[in-house]
Amino acid sequence: MKIIVTIKQVPNVTKVKWDADGSLIRAGLPTIINPVDKHAIEAALQLKEKHGGEVVVISMGPGQVESALREALCMGADQAIQLTDRKFAGADTWATSYALGCAIQKIGDYDLVISGVEAMDGNTAQVGPQMAEYLGIPLLSYALGIESDGKKVQIQQKLGEVERKIEADLPALITVEKEINEYRVTPMDKILEAFEKEIPVLEADDVDAELVHLGLKGSPTKLRKVFSPKIEKGKVQMLEGTPEEIARQVADKLNEKFLI
Amino acid sequence: MATKANIEEHKNVWVFAEQNNGKLAKVSLEMLGEGRKLANKLGVQLAAFLIGDNVKTSAETLVAYGADKVFLAEDPELKEYRTELYTDIICKKALEEKPEILIIGASAIGRDLTPRVSFRLNTGCTADCTELDIDEEKRLLVSTRPAFGGNVMATIICPEHRPQMSTVRPGVMAVPEADASRKGEIITVPVEIKPEEIKVRVIESNETEHEGDKIEDAEKVVGIGIGASDPESVEYVKELAKVLGAKIGGSRPCVEKHIIPHEVQVGQTGKNIRPELYIPCGISGTVQHTTGITNAKYTIAINKDANAEIFKFANLGIAGDAKVILPAIIKEIKKYKA
Repeated sequence: MKIIVTIKQVPNVTKVKWDADGSLIRAGLPTIINPVDKHAIEAALQLKEKHGGEVVVISMGPGQVESALREALCMGADQAIQLTDRKFAGADTWATSYALGCAIQKIGDYDLVISGVEAMDGNTAQVGPQMAEYLGIPLLSYALGIESDGKKVQIQQKLGEVERKIEADLPALITVEKEINEYRVTPMDKILEAFEKEIPVLEADDVDAELVHLGLKGSPTKLRKVFSPKIEKGKVQMLEGTPEEIARQVADKLNEKFLI
Repeated sequence: MATKANIEEHKNVWVFAEQNNGKLAKVSLEMLGEGRKLANKLGVQLAAFLIGDNVKTSAETLVAYGADKVFLAEDPELKEYRTELYTDIICKKALEEKPEILIIGASAIGRDLTPRVSFRLNTGCTADCTELDIDEEKRLLVSTRPAFGGNVMATIICPEHRPQMSTVRPGVMAVPEADASRKGEIITVPVEIKPEEIKVRVIESNETEHEGDKIEDAEKVVGIGIGASDPESVEYVKELAKVLGAKIGGSRPCVEKHIIPHEVQVGQTGKNIRPELYIPCGISGTVQHTTGITNAKYTIAINKDANAEIFKFANLGIAGDAKVILPAIIKEIKKYKA
């Protein structure tokens, strides 16, 4: 079974700091593999352990994505491919999915493509479904479990308030939820092995991607402005007194507002 | 591929109307309210797109909630939601009718369906918006969404491709008033499905949550944050929720500590709530959380730190320890109810 896993390197947005003017400081944020993508790698490794085959991890981004791919190799991926080209810069989800789709097609001969449901920086959850559309393969999203007999694949799908078991023939694309598994801690010998592997770098031309669909220019959506979330309220009345006095005021207010 | 659209050819606003087992999703009604406003600003019609099996009565409901037209696609094979089948039907009609805007609720189905539709239609989609508006001069949809993990807001446009697509999280927009006397046109969309070409099979389907259980629909919510995550405070939060008849939601760290399930996480990577009453306990008020609570009508915040951000979102503030304050409040509420 040949499984391609697409991962994203993201700034650790939970560690964001602001400067004195209230602007976000983007520089110096540590980068990590998008957390749910690690579960995608783990899901692929588990399928490979059952069915044999190989796990190929790809990531699009600037030169530094090599460290994310190296980490994926450490987890046990057989091969890592870096998709790096200035032409990809500024891509929205459409142009990102197109570029990744081209790379997946170039790698070819795959049974499954697996990715995390969404990235922690953008949270759009669009790239998985869009890659499936580009590749013309079924989308099995929100996977909590995956089973395959090598010809078909079945997932346990968390579709909002409904849980379903859905099935498709291979090849297919699966997006996984973080609840799907616990990812492994890398054994030392694998780490050493992983550092010996070469990570080929592919550019737009190498994957036959058409320039008009790439990067900022190829992106249908355009960013108009960025601003800090507005805080509308701010007329808070702070309650003073003993806990009992405060509680009395709260209960009076709730009563006045017909909330009790 | 993504060639630019002939923009003048595109007209009208479409809303995808999601139904599950014949029941319209609340978020789709919210989208109708928003779609109505956009259509009025543009001076065009609002159409709803409804797909399912035997769902015609819902089409009439969509008219009552503001649709001028309902495109109705029915087939027994459409009883269960499937990405590709829905995508085929919507895209085929969209290519014929050329809407200028298509908005969809960012439910699980909406977030699965929309990206595939937008890719096929060679157009952009802005996900999980918190605000939609029209740039009337340029006739553009202007979508605002949290970005960079919710730390900033971004305003996004799609100037050269059509339809302009956006999804909006459940609970962000209000459900409009229904008007049973409204008149609208119901247009049957022909459906041709060859069973042998269906790629995804639904083996099993079970409801795990009922609509009434959803935190985004709750009238009262008690929120639990890391500052009230000790076992004693958790018990008081539960008791307060019980005496108020409220649902318990909370911040992401409490989900990670398994104090509350992910389904009730409030904020950027969770749910947007719009309750009459919200009582966040021990929640500091990071933007990741507060993006989900801006529609709460009345908020009483409890936090040990008098300078916590959460107080900027509150009507009443209590600078104190939840495990000291909550038992006193519970006692007072019980007195009122006695």
